[in-house]
Amino acid sequence: MNWDPLWLSYKVATIATLMSIIVGVGVATLLSQVRFRGRELVDALVTVPMVMPPTVLGYYVLTAVGKNSWLGQTYESLTGGHIAFSVVGCVIAAFVGSVPLVIKSARSALERVDPTVVRAARTLGASPLRAYLTVQLPLAAPGIAAGVMLAFARALGDFGVTVMVAGSIPGQTQTAALYVYEQVAKQAPAGAMVAVLTATAIGVLYAVNSIGRRADVQYG
Amino acid sequence: MSEKPKSSALDIALHVVREGHGQSFQLDVEFTAHTGINILFGPSGSGKSTILQAVAGLYRPGKGHIRLGDEVWSESQSGVFLPPEKRGVAYLFQSLALFPHMTATQNVCYGMSRQLSRAQREERAHDLLGRVGANHLSSRKPKTFSGGEAQRVALARALATSPRVLLLDEPFSALDRDLRVQLAQLVVELVHELGIPALQVTHNHGEAASMGSRVLKMSNGRIVEDGSPGEVLEDHRDFSDIGKTPMLGLLPHTLKVPHTLKE
Repeated sequence: MNWDPLWLSYKVATIATLMSIIVGVGVATLLSQVRFRGRELVDALVTVPMVMPPTVLGYYVLTAVGKNSWLGQTYESLTGGHIAFSVVGCVIAAFVGSVPLVIKSARSALERVDPTVVRAARTLGASPLRAYLTVQLPLAAPGIAAGVMLAFARALGDFGVTVMVAGSIPGQTQTAALYVYEQVAKQAPAGAMVAVLTATAIGVLYAVNSIGRRADVQYG
Repeated sequence: MSEKPKSSALDIALHVVREGHGQSFQLDVEFTAHTGINILFGPSGSGKSTILQAVAGLYRPGKGHIRLGDEVWSESQSGVFLPPEKRGVAYLFQSLALFPHMTATQNVCYGMSRQLSRAQREERAHDLLGRVGANHLSSRKPKTFSGGEAQRVALARALATSPRVLLLDEPFSALDRDLRVQLAQLVVELVHELGIPALQVTHNHGEAASMGSRVLKMSNGRIVEDGSPGEVLEDHRDFSDIGKTPMLGLLPHTLKVPHTLKE
């Protein structure tokens, strides 16, 4: 068994998840704290990747970052490389599929925090930013963490978007999920890789559940 | 309380319509609250809590003003609106709203001046928790507190900001009789020490009678009576709460307010 695709998957999923945390919590903060026209439309637009066929999503991403796109050309002029059909493409593909999970969970976790507790912080002299950073965000953290774990699992297992945006170039952009497909296609063994990916998924779900339980115990 | 508080009168005028619970609600009040406990007394839905929220800056009134001394906190005409963190108001919420992820000490330190060092803040928190009889809770989190303990910590947290106005929203509604009496006495003492105006919302007759230096009786968004507890509450012996009030019999003279209070 060639384990390189697995390490690539872990690496890609880790970077994509970090990006999802920054972007996802940022967008969720905007959606939960700021009332503006079209807020629910923005929410729908940023979470629609969850329900779109992965190849359709991949098509959009490829159009956005491909060689002839504005983003693709800007990237090329800055780095000399390409986003599409590179590891960067893998990361973008994994990110696009996983960031909605962070946005959804973070928004609902932020909105579930008792508003009176945040108001209490304000009457105690906290600016809106300080009340957000020291009270609302920490209290929402368990819910956000659960979403982040799911986002990692989603990023690790992405197939459709990655194959569209990054191809399945062995030794370059072939992640574990793509490797399993290729092994099966050429009637080679894939069981060990499948087992590791399954174990990772179970581990993530177990962690999500125990985060939830701990939060219940702590904050009741 | 180390600082000598300068006491100013709280001047309130509110003429607002609030939407909520599927109906609109008209509030029309004008009064000036002086040092001591001013009781806002009346049934639920008479607009008492709206007044507290407007004073705290958690609600921006459509028409009216809130002033403390010559400081304008909110004025619809000029559009002035001071955010809650700039007002120096201590708000004891009905739900207490303690920070569940912080210890009692951290809760109490939260509102203190950032100019104090961490050690100074913690020392002051220790004093305040001692003052309200909650020192044993300092390193514990709110989830482990009993109702009375949570109440004491919330009180210490509110006072830690050296407030200029104290707001109490049915502060004792979740407590049994003995605790009510103890904490009522504590609040009366503390308000006396601080020498600031306090607004206390209640629909408990005994609480109003025993704690208030003045009672404003509210009904349907208006002040219908205003005077000393004796004047306002005397002819309301038939008030619906009276039969079940746990503080009945706790008359003003039973709450002794010491003339000098030690730290």
